[in-house]
Amino acid sequence: STQFYKWLNHLMSLHVQTKPSNCSPDWETKVLEYFKEKLKDNEAASWVPSLNDVPVHYLKANSLVKFRCFIQDMFDPEFYMGVYETVDPSSKSKVLRSGKYKDVAECGHQVDLNTKNAVTLERQTFYCVPIPGESPWVKEISFSYSCSNPARVVPSTSYAPCRHKRSYEEDEDMETQPHKQKEQLAGPQGTTDIHGSGDPKRLETEAPSSLSNAASGCSSPLDLNFPLPGEKGPACLVKVYEEWELFKVNDILEVYDCFSTSLVDPMDCTESVEEQRVHCPPASLVPRLHMLYAHRLQHNNPLLPPAASEGQSSSGFLNDVVSVRGELLGYLTHVLLGDALAAEYLILHLISTVYARRDVLPLGKFTLNLSGCPHNSTYTEQLYRVIQQLIPSSFRLGMSLHNMNNLRLVPRKDYTANRLLSGVLQLAPNTSLFLDETQLEQGQLDSTGVRNITALGNLISWQKVDYDFNYHQMEFPCNINVLIASEGKSLLPCDCHVRLQPQLAPPNLEQYISTIQVSLSPSLLNKFRIYLSLLRTLDYSISEEVTKAVEDDFVEMRKDDPQSISAEDLHRLLVVARLLSLSVGHTTLSRDRWMRAKHLETLRTNRTEQQKCVNGNEP
Amino acid sequence: MSSPSATPTKDDILCAAWSEDALTPPSRRRRTDDASTSDLQPMPTSPVTDMRSPAVQDTSLFSSPAPFSHLSDTIDMSSPLTYGTPSSRVEGTPRSGLRGTPVRQRPDLGSVRKARQVDLHSDHANGPEAPASEHSVGQKLVIWGTDVNVGTCKEKFQRFLQRFIDPSSTDDENAGLDLNEPLYMQKLEEINVVGDPVLNVNCEHLQSFDADLYRQLIAYPQEVIPTFDMAVNELFFERFPDSVIEHQIQVRPYNALKTRNMRNLNPEDIDQLITISGMVIRTSQLIPEMQEAFFRCQVCAFSTRVEVDRGRIAEPAVCRNCNTTHSMALIHNRSIFSDKQMIKLQESPEDMPAGQTPHTTVVYAHNDLVDKVQPGDRVNITGIYRAVPIRLNPRQSNVKSVYKTHIDAIHFRKTHEKRLHGLDEEAEEKLFTEERVRTLRELAAKPDVYERLSSALAPSIYEHEDIKKGILLQLFGGTRKDFSQTGRGGFRAEINILLCGDPGTSKSQLLQYVYNLVPRGQYTSGKGSSAVGLTAYVMKDPETRQLVLQTGALVLSDNGICCIDEFDKMSDSTRSVLHEVMEQQTLSIAKAGIICQLNARTSVLAAANPVESQWNPKKTTIENIQLPHTLLSRFDLIFLMLDPQDEAYDRRLAHHLVSLYYQSEEQLEEEFLDMAMLKDYVAYARSYIEPRLSEEASQALIKAYVDMRKIGSGRGMVSAYPRQLESLIRLAEAHAKVRFSDKVETIDVEEAKRLHREALKQSATDPRTGFVDISILTTGMSATARKRKEELAQALKRLIQSKGKVPTMKYQQLFDDLRAQSDVAITKDMFEEALQALTDEDYLTVTGKTVRLL
Repeated sequence: STQFYKWLNHLMSLHVQTKPSNCSPDWETKVLEYFKEKLKDNEAASWVPSLNDVPVHYLKANSLVKFRCFIQDMFDPEFYMGVYETVDPSSKSKVLRSGKYKDVAECGHQVDLNTKNAVTLERQTFYCVPIPGESPWVKEISFSYSCSNPARVVPSTSYAPCRHKRSYEEDEDMETQPHKQKEQLAGPQGTTDIHGSGDPKRLETEAPSSLSNAASGCSSPLDLNFPLPGEKGPACLVKVYEEWELFKVNDILEVYDCFSTSLVDPMDCTESVEEQRVHCPPASLVPRLHMLYAHRLQHNNPLLPPAASEGQSSSGFLNDVVSVRGELLGYLTHVLLGDALAAEYLILHLISTVYARRDVLPLGKFTLNLSGCPHNSTYTEQLYRVIQQLIPSSFRLGMSLHNMNNLRLVPRKDYTANRLLSGVLQLAPNTSLFLDETQLEQGQLDSTGVRNITALGNLISWQKVDYDFNYHQMEFPCNINVLIASEGKSLLPCDCHVRLQPQLAPPNLEQYISTIQVSLSPSLLNKFRIYLSLLRTLDYSISEEVTKAVEDDFVEMRKDDPQSISAEDLHRLLVVARLLSLSVGHTTLSRDRWMRAKHLETLRTNRTEQQKCVNGNEP
Repeated sequence: MSSPSATPTKDDILCAAWSEDALTPPSRRRRTDDASTSDLQPMPTSPVTDMRSPAVQDTSLFSSPAPFSHLSDTIDMSSPLTYGTPSSRVEGTPRSGLRGTPVRQRPDLGSVRKARQVDLHSDHANGPEAPASEHSVGQKLVIWGTDVNVGTCKEKFQRFLQRFIDPSSTDDENAGLDLNEPLYMQKLEEINVVGDPVLNVNCEHLQSFDADLYRQLIAYPQEVIPTFDMAVNELFFERFPDSVIEHQIQVRPYNALKTRNMRNLNPEDIDQLITISGMVIRTSQLIPEMQEAFFRCQVCAFSTRVEVDRGRIAEPAVCRNCNTTHSMALIHNRSIFSDKQMIKLQESPEDMPAGQTPHTTVVYAHNDLVDKVQPGDRVNITGIYRAVPIRLNPRQSNVKSVYKTHIDAIHFRKTHEKRLHGLDEEAEEKLFTEERVRTLRELAAKPDVYERLSSALAPSIYEHEDIKKGILLQLFGGTRKDFSQTGRGGFRAEINILLCGDPGTSKSQLLQYVYNLVPRGQYTSGKGSSAVGLTAYVMKDPETRQLVLQTGALVLSDNGICCIDEFDKMSDSTRSVLHEVMEQQTLSIAKAGIICQLNARTSVLAAANPVESQWNPKKTTIENIQLPHTLLSRFDLIFLMLDPQDEAYDRRLAHHLVSLYYQSEEQLEEEFLDMAMLKDYVAYARSYIEPRLSEEASQALIKAYVDMRKIGSGRGMVSAYPRQLESLIRLAEAHAKVRFSDKVETIDVEEAKRLHREALKQSATDPRTGFVDISILTTGMSATARKRKEELAQALKRLIQSKGKVPTMKYQQLFDDLRAQSDVAITKDMFEEALQALTDEDYLTVTGKTVRLL
């Protein structure tokens, strides 16, 4: 209830301001425990305004907010005044204060650092951005979830367009503001205005997306360092007070923070101008958050409970997995112009994930190359839109020569500004990367282009990206599903190549696809989304008996024709069998599934063989 | 400035100075005892309070007047004996002796120049950590905030300098010194001769000599190091009273025992002496920092000097001579400046946990330490860790709750710099705990250690036992031999391996694994790399306009392994640079005026695919991969990775792969040695084990070589060259290293022979005859093929001669005639080869479709 949120905020401010001296030492941990306990309750958590939905200038300082984000960079740890003493200049009375969850020491008092009570503590700063490539539907749904609570809906008529005058301090009725704002911004993008400085009249008349464009256009060209071009949303400096070693770059988190905007920027002459810009950007652009509690997200699908351990609710879903799969197969077959085999492989691809690594070898990845996509048409774009509708986060990279030669794919350390310049390949786990090779034309790749292609190759083969630290490279393992759409066989390595064989040729592709999309009911669409995210989290095993059967089968196949199946083919066959079993909700391999996997593979290879005969020169 | 109870304005200045003092972080101040020093609280109080304090006495240890020491309870820490405050630098006096030698300020220690001393016995118990020995000496005075007594500390340090002997020292800093004489006295002598007034003190020595003094040094470097300075200068000028040195000797401690990772720094380390390792990523321009400001009164020209205290100048508001207010003006070119440089240090990539970004730290270098390091250098820095609060506004007393941290560097030590003495591998010697060494030794003692290690190598890749063994030996490498004295130069110790075989036989995976295993590995693909990327290129720095040498993969993997995938796709010019690297282990560069030879003592692990998509067993290795034989002969081992195509193998392979896909990680871990263990094992053997050939082993090697030569000579072929003997020696040495043995024994030779033979069998077998023929690799053609080529040429010549005196012939006609005459099938290629051979003999020429006799 609103009461609860109010109460939480009150507690927060208490927590921030109280002097630890008159409380027991474990008071703080107790309070944190209590917060965590409360927030586990989904109901309560939904009351906390989310920075993903609510613009920064609607939040009150020192209030509780949450933020679904991606760790883009980690700054150096900093030392701060954990506990310090202030002296009131008039009364000379000394007060102990806590420096936790704050940027600036108490103003208006003389700070005395020379007491035995003072403690210096350490904290770490993460630079966080919204999850790169998050699909619009994810934003929409998580946004509507937080709005769905009837108690919070306030008639939008009561809303007065005087935002620009609001300051953090005067906003007493703040907790009612966020959702008013939401109604304003409930566009399909769910974008948020990152500046509070827009012209109020324009705010009222223009569409939200153009608003943020305009706002970012007129602001200083501070690069917020989003991995993907065209991304929007708040970037935050998250201060972490404990266990920062547990987090890694590229993790996705949901953090519960104390929101803070110090209006003053520190004077500091030791850093270069660039570094200062990056590490201390204006708080109005990059708000500071003080982390109370965070959990790592395994996925960002709002339709599923955040952690896999809470899978009880999903077990019911597993019962009708087969029917959902059937529906999905039908849908994708339509999208792929009637090619059921390609649709089958596309499903396998969409539920694949790197589930383990054996020394350098990532297991479970399933890079798919869909060749035979028509050139010079918007088909690949349409296809991407369909996939984007199904997957929580994805990105389409047009592999045009210009892009390859100019884009920064691999993140690079900028030592002048002392930050990690993001690149397109800095993506969260389980993001789908859609490579559109139909856009590649003949021409010269320059050295950047060669490096970019190599990086893509490394990503596909080893599921790792070597970040460029100028003096050395550092390997960051990743888990990105790569789908390559191409005319002929792709120039990049891939696990599996499927030649698209359209069964029908609609005169107007665009219209055809949009008709299919429109005819899909929202509830079914949501089922698809749950299906694809859920199956990734399942465990899998192979029984002794089936292992034996697989071995026999392999030996038998090799006996007839040693060329027919190589070790690599067996690798792929095992992955296909695994994904095929999982796609129907089976967590062990059965003989039937194995035969089915073999059958699929035969169909697929026959198709490429045929193609070879037709074209003669395709490798 | 002479009297503390001067004008009120004066008081204000002092107050400002004291509140500045208050801005050091609390962890530092916490150690003060509340009860005793409450009066000394550096609050903005009047200096009179200080004077009233019973705990404070005039503790100036030296009788000479201290003209500028305005508070009587302080001693000037920066000037030993307080003889020479900076302003007393008198020109013209003889530049020798303690009095004559100027003091160089030490901005590295911060500018706390006045350290108050406190009587410990006044009315309180001293700090809990203060040792009892302090009392027994009878000295009661300690520097405020510490348990350091100047007199005792000095005495102890002098004792250390005079007595410390380290006979077992291997420290290269001490090279050339008599290890049985007091080490640091010799160094003082060196200073007298060389005139470089810096004394580097290894903290490890100090710790072993006097642990308590060491503790004080670590905890209170700001106070202890100036005391050391005093001590050493007294000692020095006592011994060498006539010595002329630039300035008084400065003590620079290094190797503060816990050499730490940047990540482990925490608030407890503030103001302590620390040593951390890292890589320099940026250096700033030189920053002149004012040490002493010079003021002159614009009314009466009276001048005064004010020392800079923590970046602040207390500008005199009143001229002391004429009492005019605000008449003092700063004269820049008479002020004294010191050099300062900001250095950004990043933690070494090895120290970083996976998935996190590296931390950086700011380091300030002062005076002669400026420009000592360049970006890219790996260094160990010893210095004082500082934390300074950030002011929100210089005019307000508000502070941000965050501190800025930096390190004031006292000593730099480059870790990868080529040291004067000894091989430079020592520098990167990894330190192993005793426990770790014990486990490694235990492992080495096992009879099957070789098999164990080779199976631990890339467990996900199935079988190929011999290839893994070969790579294992490559990881260890042979013993480096230096014959440069006799003019022969060094022998290559690195083992080069080439893997060729069908695509998709996990060659790349093997390369990736090795690249991840070795600390200085580089991975490049022949397709993407140019000669420049492999070697080095010269670049102009846009800022400094300096030419900078950027090193490529081969130089970067010096002492490591350079993995080159798709070796066959490499352009010829790129491949040509490998010739020098793979035999001479150096790389010559002559570009843009930079001519140099870089070390590239790298092992090459390359993988090549056959030119046709599949390996053709009917062709030789050279024909299959189309690489120049000059390059191939530089590989010690050439392996073929082919599908063995037999049922039992298939079954094992299938089992292996299936289990790969469902066993959990933990299950698999148990079966093999983990990667970290393997890494340590290799690193240990590489740095500590240097096997030499035993007599039997030499005999065995000779025999093996002679045998190899014999095999061929029976059929008129050469089957071994001295290069093969060198390979055998390297392999045998590497195998001895695997066993942690200092001697190469017969078993090592046996294994080397076996492996070498296996590799040869695979790669140098003549597919036509089935014999091993080394000339396939050394000349690119088997002896039988060469013989057949000659025969054909002769046959063609005879054919032409039989035709009588015709000056020209039709090409096609001749080809058909030869085919009709011959009883073996002759291809067009063979025919052309024969024609070419005759052309070379100047017997005929071929122009277009006609053959003309000469």
